[in-house]
Amino acid sequence: MLDRLTQPLDFHGAALLLRAERMRLLASNIANADTPNYKARDFDFRAALSQATGVQGGSAMIAAAGDATRDLPATKTNDAHLPAVGGGGFAPTMQYRTSLQTALDANTVDLDVERANFAENTVRYEAGLRFINGQIRTMLTAINGQ
Amino acid sequence: MSLFKVFNVSGSAVSAQSQRLNVVASNLANAESVAGPDGQPYKARQVVFQAQIDGADPASAGVRVANIVEDNAAPRRVLDPNHPLADENGYVTMSNVNVVEEMVNMISASRSYQSNIDVMNTAKSLLLKTLQLGS
Repeated sequence: MLDRLTQPLDFHGAALLLRAERMRLLASNIANADTPNYKARDFDFRAALSQATGVQGGSAMIAAAGDATRDLPATKTNDAHLPAVGGGGFAPTMQYRTSLQTALDANTVDLDVERANFAENTVRYEAGLRFINGQIRTMLTAINGQ
Repeated sequence: MSLFKVFNVSGSAVSAQSQRLNVVASNLANAESVAGPDGQPYKARQVVFQAQIDGADPASAGVRVANIVEDNAAPRRVLDPNHPLADENGYVTMSNVNVVEEMVNMISASRSYQSNIDVMNTAKSLLLKTLQLGS
C-alpha cells in the first residue's frame, strides 16, 4: 500500500539519476576540451531511460508506475514465479560524438556543442525536480484532505 | 550520487588550467630574458594534458598535467652590440618564447577555466535544489 504513494515518483527519479549521469559525462567533455586525443562522449537518453525503467517510449510513465523491481535484481526461486521486468540499471551505453570540425590534436570536443547540451541537461534536470515536487505536493494535499 | 563527481572532474580541469596559466605566466615573464644563472637562455615551457580515466567508472574523465616539456626551438638572436652579453658579432641570445603564442595560450586557458567554473556552479545549484526536494 505504502509503495503506491511513491510509485509515481519512480519514473522521474530514474530520469533524474540519468540526467545527473549525463551531466557528469558532459562535465568530463568540457574538462577535457584541451586534452590531445580525447574523444567526446555522450549517450542516447531515450534508450538509457527505457533501459533503466524497462519501458519502451510513449506511455513510459504509466507503465513505470507498475514496475517496482527496477533497482534490486530479482531472484527466481521457483519456476512459477513471474519474470522480473526492467532491472536494466543505470549503466547507459556510451557513444562517441561525431565531430563537426577536425582539430589538429585529434580532440573531438566542440565546446559550443558541449555547453549547449549542458545547459539543456540542466533545464531538464530542473524540470524533473519540479515534476517530483508537484507530485509530492499533490500527495500531501490528498493526505491532509483540505 | 553522480552530481558530486562533477566537482572532481571540473576541479581537476580547473587545477590543470591554472597550472597551464602558471606556465604561460613564467614564459611571458621570461620573454625578454637573456641568460639564466647557468648561462643558458630561458626555454619556453608547455604543459601536456592527459585525460584521467577512473578504471572502475569510465564515465567521468578528469584532466591532469602529464608533464611539462621544454620547447627546443632555436633561441632568438637580437643585434645589439652595446649589450654587455653580446657575442663577438654583436648578437644577444634571448629566450625562444613566442609571445603571440603565449597570449593565445593564456586566452584559451582562461576560457576553459571559466567554462569549468560555470559547470561547477550549475552542479552546485542543482544539488541545492535537489536537497530542497519536497519542501
